[in-house]
Amino acid sequence: MSESITGFAYLAAAVCFILALRGLSSPESARRGVGLGVIGMVIAIGTTLADPTVMSFELIIAGVVIGGAIGTVVALKIEMTALPQLVAAFHSLVGLAAVFVAAAAFFAPEAYGIGVLGNIQAASLIEMSVGAAIGAITFSGSLIAFGKLQGVLSGSPLVFTGQHALNALLGIALVASVVWLVQSNDPNAFWAVVALSIILGFTIILPIGGADMPVVVSMLNSYSGWAACGIGFTLSNTALIVTGALVGSSGAILSYIMCKGMNRSIFNVLLGGFGGEVAGPAAGGGGEGKAVKSGSGDDAAFIMRNASKVIIVPGYGMAVAQAQHALREMGDLLKAEGVDVSYAIHPVAGRMPGHMNVLLAEANVPYDEVFELEEINTQFATADVAFVIGANDVTNPAAKTDPTSAIYGMPILEVENAGTVLFIKRSMASGYAGVDNELFFRDNTMMLFSDAKAMTESIVQALG
Amino acid sequence: MSTDKLAAKAAEAASSGDPFIFMFTVFVLAVFIGFFVVWSVTPALHSPLMSVTNAVSSVIIVGALIAAGPADMGFSKVMGFAAVILASVNIFGGFIVTNRMLAMFKKKPKKVEAGK
Repeated sequence: MSESITGFAYLAAAVCFILALRGLSSPESARRGVGLGVIGMVIAIGTTLADPTVMSFELIIAGVVIGGAIGTVVALKIEMTALPQLVAAFHSLVGLAAVFVAAAAFFAPEAYGIGVLGNIQAASLIEMSVGAAIGAITFSGSLIAFGKLQGVLSGSPLVFTGQHALNALLGIALVASVVWLVQSNDPNAFWAVVALSIILGFTIILPIGGADMPVVVSMLNSYSGWAACGIGFTLSNTALIVTGALVGSSGAILSYIMCKGMNRSIFNVLLGGFGGEVAGPAAGGGGEGKAVKSGSGDDAAFIMRNASKVIIVPGYGMAVAQAQHALREMGDLLKAEGVDVSYAIHPVAGRMPGHMNVLLAEANVPYDEVFELEEINTQFATADVAFVIGANDVTNPAAKTDPTSAIYGMPILEVENAGTVLFIKRSMASGYAGVDNELFFRDNTMMLFSDAKAMTESIVQALG
Repeated sequence: MSTDKLAAKAAEAASSGDPFIFMFTVFVLAVFIGFFVVWSVTPALHSPLMSVTNAVSSVIIVGALIAAGPADMGFSKVMGFAAVILASVNIFGGFIVTNRMLAMFKKKPKKVEAGK
């Protein structure tokens, strides 16, 4: 295949990937978009296989079969609540693949036309180092994120003194190793770059708490893109450069949206240490002395049946309790009684961007009943009931009224404007941010103390 | 600086023939495309966006294929083989899980223009 045809084919693949992302602007066009993504991937792989340097296919076929089988089985079996972990794990694989490709290019540069072993052009070495370093950080950082999301590691941030100094030192050492590599072409320098980056990935992500994972997962998504870009430059492959840039900016935008949803800067999140399990003096017995109205499933059913408009606010607690199916049943029963039911999603609800939307979709909630914060926030004033299930901080009015609060300035769902607020919670414990929620003590609030799923089921029973 | 100016400047430099400048031009323009395309993604589909970007970033497999392709066995070929496996997990896993998610997004059964 001539060089220009190859170039056109890679361009076609890149265009397919752009259209794949474009398709996600609405649920109707999304699946067609994914189809285009698959076509783009087939074009890219087919074009590379036609390259004359690719002469033996046994290992390639074996690799695709093994990897494809693992990926297919995992993707078909995974529970939708475990999506964030899965995505984190996938990111770590892309990162590691980037490291491997960089290593392959370093030890067999002839295949990529960038020089000979021991005498690779400086520009290629820098590009390769960027790909390998970002790939390695993505790999180890995503492993930690996976561990925290899966519950293998504690979700609380791991902070120690001198942490930032250590990261800075590692960063400087990393840059120094890149310089060493460019000047010497020494394989040891290459491995030093990889090793330092792996350590850096661990030390960057460990201090970040479990509920900040939406930001971390988006950020690692972005990194995996930049790593692909670095490799793309090494290989002079436009498909890889374009795709890497797309993925990189996609992840960066998602991180930005998540940070904005918490009114925190990306640096604040990265510096870590927010929301430990023993956060703040108010955490434990904050509610004592103040009266809380609590009720049963029957009470809740009675209130909602007599309402004309109910807005449901799901949070991570719903995902943990797997309550989405019971919740949809409750919504259906209410709709059958003539109640107007809709769902309100906070940008940072759940453990990854859009997590709640997927869980509700899984439970067959039509997506046109689900609204984002800006779309629905004014509606609470006209709602009779706000039904909060597994969310806490994102409804806390202190974010608007109390400048001393840890969550001050965070956009919240204004459930306090609804006629009655029903709160499903297991206990009076404060939310992730360690901040007390004054809503619990309001006259128009009724606490439903139970597991989210058990309570929703009992409401369903009372309604049915 | 406006996007057009930037693009024009970069294109001018690209025509001078330095392959790095050419690739860098492609890179910068792709970042802009990514920026606009991703902002148009509806927030409800941010999870599928993450999994599909994950799948497409596995196009890094093209680098792995070149490494795994030579006739002679060697360290780089082993690295390439390992990278082919990892990238394949992601390609298959990423596209399938995205498709599974998107298949669940349904509209209200009856076409009622309610809730707007």
